[in-house]
Amino acid sequence: MAKQVLQGTLDLMVLRTLETMGPQHGFGLARRILQVSQGLLDLNQGTLYPALLRLEQRGWIKWRWATSDNNRKAKMYELTARGRKQIVREAASWERTVSVMDRFLRHPARSEK
Amino acid sequence: MLRRLLGVFRRRRLDEELAGELEFHLEELEAQHRARGLSADEARRAARLDLGGLARVAEEYRDQQRIPLVDTAWRTATFAIRSLARTPGVTAAVAVTLALGIGANAAIFAVVNGVLLEPLPFPDAGSLVAVNHGMTGTADELPSAPYLYFTYRDENRSFDGVGLWRIRPVNITGRDRPEQVRALYVTSEVLPVLGIRPLLGRQFSRRDDSPNAPATVMLTYGYWQRRFGGDPSIVGGKLIVDGQTQDVVGVMPRGFNFLDNQVDVIAPLQLDPAQVTLGRYVFPSVARLKAGVTLAEASADIARMVPLALARFQPPPGYTRERFAARPVTPRLVPLKDTVVGNIGGTLWVVMGALALVLLIACANVANLLLVRTEARQGELAIRAALGASRARIAGELLAESVILSLVGGTLGLLLAHQALLGMKALAPGNLPRVDAITMNPLVFLFTLVLSLVSGVLFGLLPIVRYTKPQLAAALRTGTRSMSDSPERHRARALLVTCQVAIALVLLVSSGLMLRTFRALGHVDPGFVRPGEVQLARITIPFGEVPDPERATRMQHDILSRLVEVPGVVSAAFADIAPLDPANAGSDTVLFVDGRTYAPGQARPLRRFEFISPGVFRTLGTPIVAGRDLAWTDFYDKRPVALVSEDLARDEWQSPAAALGKRVRASPGDPWREVVGVVGNVHDNGMHLDPPRIVYFPSLMDKFWGAPTIAFQSATFLIRSPIAGTDGFVRGVQAAVWAVNSNLPVAEVRTLDDAYQKSLAGTAFTLVLLAMAGGMGLLLGAIGIYGVIAYVVSQRAGEIGVRLALGAQPGQVRRQFLREGLTLTAAGVAAGLVAATVLTRVMSSLLFGVSPLDPLTYALVTLVLVVVAMAAAYLPARRASRHDPVQALRG
Repeated sequence: MAKQVLQGTLDLMVLRTLETMGPQHGFGLARRILQVSQGLLDLNQGTLYPALLRLEQRGWIKWRWATSDNNRKAKMYELTARGRKQIVREAASWERTVSVMDRFLRHPARSEK
Repeated sequence: MLRRLLGVFRRRRLDEELAGELEFHLEELEAQHRARGLSADEARRAARLDLGGLARVAEEYRDQQRIPLVDTAWRTATFAIRSLARTPGVTAAVAVTLALGIGANAAIFAVVNGVLLEPLPFPDAGSLVAVNHGMTGTADELPSAPYLYFTYRDENRSFDGVGLWRIRPVNITGRDRPEQVRALYVTSEVLPVLGIRPLLGRQFSRRDDSPNAPATVMLTYGYWQRRFGGDPSIVGGKLIVDGQTQDVVGVMPRGFNFLDNQVDVIAPLQLDPAQVTLGRYVFPSVARLKAGVTLAEASADIARMVPLALARFQPPPGYTRERFAARPVTPRLVPLKDTVVGNIGGTLWVVMGALALVLLIACANVANLLLVRTEARQGELAIRAALGASRARIAGELLAESVILSLVGGTLGLLLAHQALLGMKALAPGNLPRVDAITMNPLVFLFTLVLSLVSGVLFGLLPIVRYTKPQLAAALRTGTRSMSDSPERHRARALLVTCQVAIALVLLVSSGLMLRTFRALGHVDPGFVRPGEVQLARITIPFGEVPDPERATRMQHDILSRLVEVPGVVSAAFADIAPLDPANAGSDTVLFVDGRTYAPGQARPLRRFEFISPGVFRTLGTPIVAGRDLAWTDFYDKRPVALVSEDLARDEWQSPAAALGKRVRASPGDPWREVVGVVGNVHDNGMHLDPPRIVYFPSLMDKFWGAPTIAFQSATFLIRSPIAGTDGFVRGVQAAVWAVNSNLPVAEVRTLDDAYQKSLAGTAFTLVLLAMAGGMGLLLGAIGIYGVIAYVVSQRAGEIGVRLALGAQPGQVRRQFLREGLTLTAAGVAAGLVAATVLTRVMSSLLFGVSPLDPLTYALVTLVLVVVAMAAAYLPARRASRHDPVQALRG
């Protein structure tokens, strides 16, 4: 599963990117996510758009029409207040998952009796 | 979730947005790649690779947009609509058939709902009751009486309030034109019991009820608008009612409907407890049950109070208390709504049943059409099944088609129902109660929706059951060339048609019985001749204006003298109430006959009293069977005389001739009055009822009912003229009346024929509705037979061609199919006759002069049905015999 995107992680990546970089259009988000993952991620950039729609439907992000650097109309996505809360919640749960996995990987025998 | 739902419908816009975004993304990627030195083509290719499969992204995006289930339903529906649009003929036929069936049922449901189901327009109307009474020894229902009212008011434990009311015409003068209006007289409890507050001003209090209180009056909204243009300053103003000036204290709200009575003004019913005696059952009463009190408990309460009432009040002069105590009244509480709705319920349920049968026929027709249609699509269905469409999916689509068809039919039906209601309201003034309550309200829409869905599923299931069974091989094989129908499928259609014919026969029999009833009523001799020539007009000489009874009678006499001079008048007379006036019903009372005694507790028969001028029978054309008519000298000399109707004479003295010289009186304190004449019977209660036994008294008399002198100052004038009813004639009548006294309004102008037709209108109404149901049943049944025979002919085109080619005569072929039609019809008729003998018993209460098993009706209906069915079968049979054998063999 090395280069596959885990279900749910893309959502967190998009939210987190919007948090750090502020409002972005779809192309900007894709480029930034690939940059940060330093090529470890095999992302079909198109997949980003259904994810954006999903986040919008849940009320975590919103968008407006804006003009890009080269003067084209593009959707600018930004975080909503609910989206910020979601990042905190999701990040916490992600860290919990990581620490549980970590313990399993180090002491696999202890949890099975 | 909502957004996703919306997404189903906003699909196009969202798709465009996505396309825009993806394009932008691609261009940016391309620019990036070009910046790294790639050529334009290479840059575009690289950009596409980076983005991934466009179609897949779009699909994923769309999936995110909507809910799978809703989407499937949507897709199924659009598929079904497309499939229906491919066969517009069948679709239109089905939709129209259903529109007729559903529309008729929606309309009748609107009527049933408005008239029978909706509560009266008062708050918590369920606890309102009419306080009626029975009396040992008679079946008649009596209203309430003042002595009972005062007792109930002071002693009851079951009512939140009980009041008396009465409606009578009054004259309004002092304005531009004298006018007769309908006044509702109420004790102060009536309006609070109903729970209606005035729109302006105040309502009556106990003080307004006392006999010497200042006279007050309230206006209804309609009268306030009509006469005062809605001027609020009228409250506090004056109104002259029957010559007496009264203070206007309030206006009732719009929509106030007093038990379906047309009312213009409302005044207090002033009763003096000190003057009240036992008896006088002339006031209807309305009460509101206390919360939680049942009708049975309230009845027990009334039974407890009746002896209290008998002890509290004095008997009227000439009567003893024992006489009243021997036959006390018994409680007969009736839900107030029942008194308004009357006995229309029976008619409406019968009509509703008939229309439900029409819908069944319509559904059978539609099921048949869909069977044929599905059969034609069998190949298509089989191929789709072979390609992997699940059985559930195909069934779902077939069902969706039926439901969409039924919804379209239902929508058209609503439009039809709306029109039908307008027609029904125009057809039924006066004989359908609560017409105002009949509306296309949400409940009617819901009913129509449910009805549409149920019928859609009903007729939709049949093709599904028949055709979604896996019969792949057979279907694919037969799909190419049509062969004769399988017997099993033919049986299904034949059964449907048989049912249709049976139901149509039941409907036709019921409308035939109504037609016979209507004709029988038309042949009843009403007791008067050429009612269209008798003009009726009500003229009231107010007691406040002319207090002397003799002077009032002379004024009425003067009016008659003027009336006979109006051009075209043959004769004129007046009576306190005209024949067939509904106000007559229930007013019958006891008559004392000289020499006849009754044991205590034995019921005296009730007789109708009418108070007339000379010449009434000449004007009506009623024969004088024995003796003579009244003469004016009887009036002015106060001779104690009376006339009786023929049946009354026979009841009391065996023959009309024997009645002459016998003596009668209205109460024991009165002098005996001699019977000087016997006149023909008049069907005063309607043609379907026995003529009441009537005693006719002069309208001016001394010592009647204990009063020194009485005259009937409010009377209906009867004027016979060949031009009765025309505007010019009515103006002439008005001028003649105003020549005597210009303050007298001429009210309730109509002809006796209007009253006569109105008495038949209930039957006519039922007849028209049932005839429409019968006609629809016949038409749909004929279409059903036509459809089946036509289908069989088309299926057997090859066989017919072969037979014709081998030398069969066209006549033979024709007869073969006619025989097939006749077999179906005969089976249906047999089943229908059996069903009709059972079902028409339901309507026996609506019939007159004809048995529910009337052989003539059954025979004629059968004949009509067979002829129509044969005609329906003949058309396709003829086509079959004209087949070109070559064509058929090639096809």
